Amino acid sequence: MSAREEILTRLRAAVTHIPPVEVPRDYRRGGDASVDLLIDRLVDYRARVRRSTRAEVGAAVAACLADASAVVVPGELPALWMSGYGGVVLREPLDVEQLDGAAAVVTGCRVAIAATGTIILDGGAGQGRRALTLVPDHHVCVVDAAQIVAGLPEAVALLDPRRPQTWISGPSATSDIELQRVEGVHGPRRLDVIIVD
Amino acid sequence: MNPLASGVPFPRAAKVALGDPQLRTNLRRATHTIRDRRAHAVGELPDWEALRTTAAAIKDDVLRRLPELLERFEERATAAGATVHWARDAAEACEIVSRIVRGTGETSAVKVKSMATQEIGLNEALERDGIAAFETDLAELIVQLAHDTPSHILVPAIHYNRAEIRDIFVREMPADADLTDDPAALAEAARSHLRRRFLSAKVGISGANFAIADTGTLVVVESEGNGRMCLTLPDTLVSVVGIEKILPTFADLEVFMQVLPRSSTGERMNPYTSTWTGVTPGDGPSDVHVVLLDNGRSTTLADEVGRQTLRCIRCSACLNVCPVYERAGGHAYGSVYPGPIGAILSPQLTGIGENASLPFASTLCGACYDVCPVKINIPEVLVHLRDQAPHSPAERAAMSVAAWLMRSPKRFAAAERLAQLGTGPLAAALGRRTVSRLPWPGSKWTDARDAPLPAAESFRDWWKHRDQTAGPQGHTHPVEETP
Amino acid sequence: MRIALFVTCMNDLLYPDTGIATVRILERLGHRVDFPQAQTCCGQMHLNSGYQQLAVPLVENFVRTFEPYDAVVAPSGSCVAMARDNYPRLVPDAAGVAARTYELSELLVDVLGVTDVGARFPHRVTYHPTCHGLRMLRLGDKPLRLLRAVEGIELLELGGAEECCGFGGTFALKNADVSGAMLADKCRNIADTEADYVAAVDNSCLTHIGGGLTRQKARARHIHYAEVLAS
Repeated sequence: MSAREEILTRLRAAVTHIPPVEVPRDYRRGGDASVDLLIDRLVDYRARVRRSTRAEVGAAVAACLADASAVVVPGELPALWMSGYGGVVLREPLDVEQLDGAAAVVTGCRVAIAATGTIILDGGAGQGRRALTLVPDHHVCVVDAAQIVAGLPEAVALLDPRRPQTWISGPSATSDIELQRVEGVHGPRRLDVIIVD
Repeated sequence: MNPLASGVPFPRAAKVALGDPQLRTNLRRATHTIRDRRAHAVGELPDWEALRTTAAAIKDDVLRRLPELLERFEERATAAGATVHWARDAAEACEIVSRIVRGTGETSAVKVKSMATQEIGLNEALERDGIAAFETDLAELIVQLAHDTPSHILVPAIHYNRAEIRDIFVREMPADADLTDDPAALAEAARSHLRRRFLSAKVGISGANFAIADTGTLVVVESEGNGRMCLTLPDTLVSVVGIEKILPTFADLEVFMQVLPRSSTGERMNPYTSTWTGVTPGDGPSDVHVVLLDNGRSTTLADEVGRQTLRCIRCSACLNVCPVYERAGGHAYGSVYPGPIGAILSPQLTGIGENASLPFASTLCGACYDVCPVKINIPEVLVHLRDQAPHSPAERAAMSVAAWLMRSPKRFAAAERLAQLGTGPLAAALGRRTVSRLPWPGSKWTDARDAPLPAAESFRDWWKHRDQTAGPQGHTHPVEETP
Repeated sequence: MRIALFVTCMNDLLYPDTGIATVRILERLGHRVDFPQAQTCCGQMHLNSGYQQLAVPLVENFVRTFEPYDAVVAPSGSCVAMARDNYPRLVPDAAGVAARTYELSELLVDVLGVTDVGARFPHRVTYHPTCHGLRMLRLGDKPLRLLRAVEGIELLELGGAEECCGFGGTFALKNADVSGAMLADKCRNIADTEADYVAAVDNSCLTHIGGGLTRQKARARHIHYAEVLAS
């Protein structure tokens, strides 16, 4: 018998006497989806947050990139976002060495969760493949206020599981030394979030 | 060495740990820090109990439907371009992973921290096949550099303080001798140590926190970004996944991603969570494998009381609140799964014979059950496993006699009388009702504390005596029922 | 209401004063208490040590003995937790009597609606909430509410109060070293309060704690809280 058949046979025998299970769903849905709550959570993770109008987003992005000489930009990023930036803009195709040489990356996102300060990227327009927001040491993420939802249930409902996702809550961090949180290990050590409304 | 059973009984291993004051200081500080942080993060959610109830119910439903959900997962993951393998035990899982890595022609791989790969001893197995597996999680890296074994599920290097970690880095990696023990400097040293390896890695190895049956999606929860590196940059990715990691739908993450980070690191959300479904052209590995691991889980599932152990999401909240873990440390459990969850999981995965002392490594204080986000009644399972554990003939005889005496009120009263008679002269001679030294096995008690002696008059005797002389007082007043 | 006292085997032999105190408190409040002679042990030691089959006849004896009563009261959190949590699955038809079995503070506060039992105890007391009282019975602050109403008492807060003392039944013997380390921490916290007494709802934990205190010739002595309430 193959391992697959043997395991499944054992499992089928094991579950025969387990009665059906009712799954209650009495937890909270909805709630505060405000910009203020999202900012509070992001700041708590030591992400840097700016607010901007739609017209001024180019200036806000440029301000975050003041010390960046070369910046990675994914496909379909709104041209306005990079309008204030004067340095080198790198576009795909890029290899890993080129990504490593870039100072920063600018992206949008799919959805942002106020309750947990989480930004979710799914590789859609203006987000690029996963490596883009991983290798450069500085990630600038533009979040439209309309993309903010209250909590996990609202966010998960919007996501397509078939797309590879990265859920980001603050910059890379570790608590492995005496349980003390240290920001910045392997992922981007700097996370700037620009909230546009 | 069996990663799930060291062969050293818990009390003996714990004694060694108790003798190390540095270890005890490190553990105490770390566990108290994280337990306070968890309490704060959990306290923020008014619907915490509802989330726990749902999480437990989802897992119970998964366990009941496990065969069909695994088949669905396999079908969906395969349709999305992944290759799914099945492994009955540790050896088979290691062989599958080794074969895949060898097939790429590579001799090294980068690894995301994963309990499943620890459980099967994958690194050692790969090494035997000439493949170097590099741990990339900071704590796993520390443990690997120190040639040590993990002592905690979430923070495998919890037993080291910053100064000790600094010394390990200076000794084992090309780190500057003037490296300080500032945690930020140590994290920076780890970053530069691993950076080139990440950027050139061809093979990544991971576990998974969740496997979504409906979509064939895998989910990895992490903090440092090393996981993203391993999951995204290599061409080939192999994930070893315990068969109990299944969730029915992607939407179920709305529950588990609320309870897992808060329970494990005490954060509202962990810095990074990655999800992938098979192969996505142009984004991430083009050769994706999933190894579904049994290794004792199907046996555990067959046990009516013990099967709740398979709800575990490896958050480690139970370790951080356990007074026994805090004193004994993780190594005393002799398994990659230490603490309260290890005390019930390890003996079930290996069979009770190889881990007979673990179910007794608990006072049944219940702190673990209180914090468990999937409501595993760990004390209940401990007691259940104690029933299956081998007992010494002397203990069994003593317990049988005690039960025989206590089955009959007459025998019980007579035994009480005998105990009073036997110890009465001793109490009289000592002039007190405590004794500081008893012969073995009572010496195990009196080594650390005095023992009480029976009272001169038992309650039973007092009652009889009072009945005959004064009679019970107060029974003349009828009492109203209180609502 | 017919109230029966389950004194527990340990109190019967080692701590009769705790049983006497329980009777005195209830009689002072105007209740009649019965002591059914057929009672022995709740079976906890056997169950928790891995001898479930040996525990079952003891449980059957308990159920038989206490079935006729409206309420069973025991001055022991762990014995009551044993009955409440385990009896229904060990013995058929035990659910009723298990549900009517109360730890003393539950009977006083929840059933009888009393928090002031008219006691006077002019001493410095710290209170250790035992694990089974705290986490299995969820006694909460019921024992403390009763103690706070005692005249003259000075209640002192115990650091690390909710941490296990390290007793754990046969754990204290099988894992003597870890148990001893937990005990040492508990004794240190008690000493830090500078209390004269440490009170708790369980004489089993108190035997362990008290044994540590007398061994160290510490200032504090152990006392079952029923004895404080009866004073």
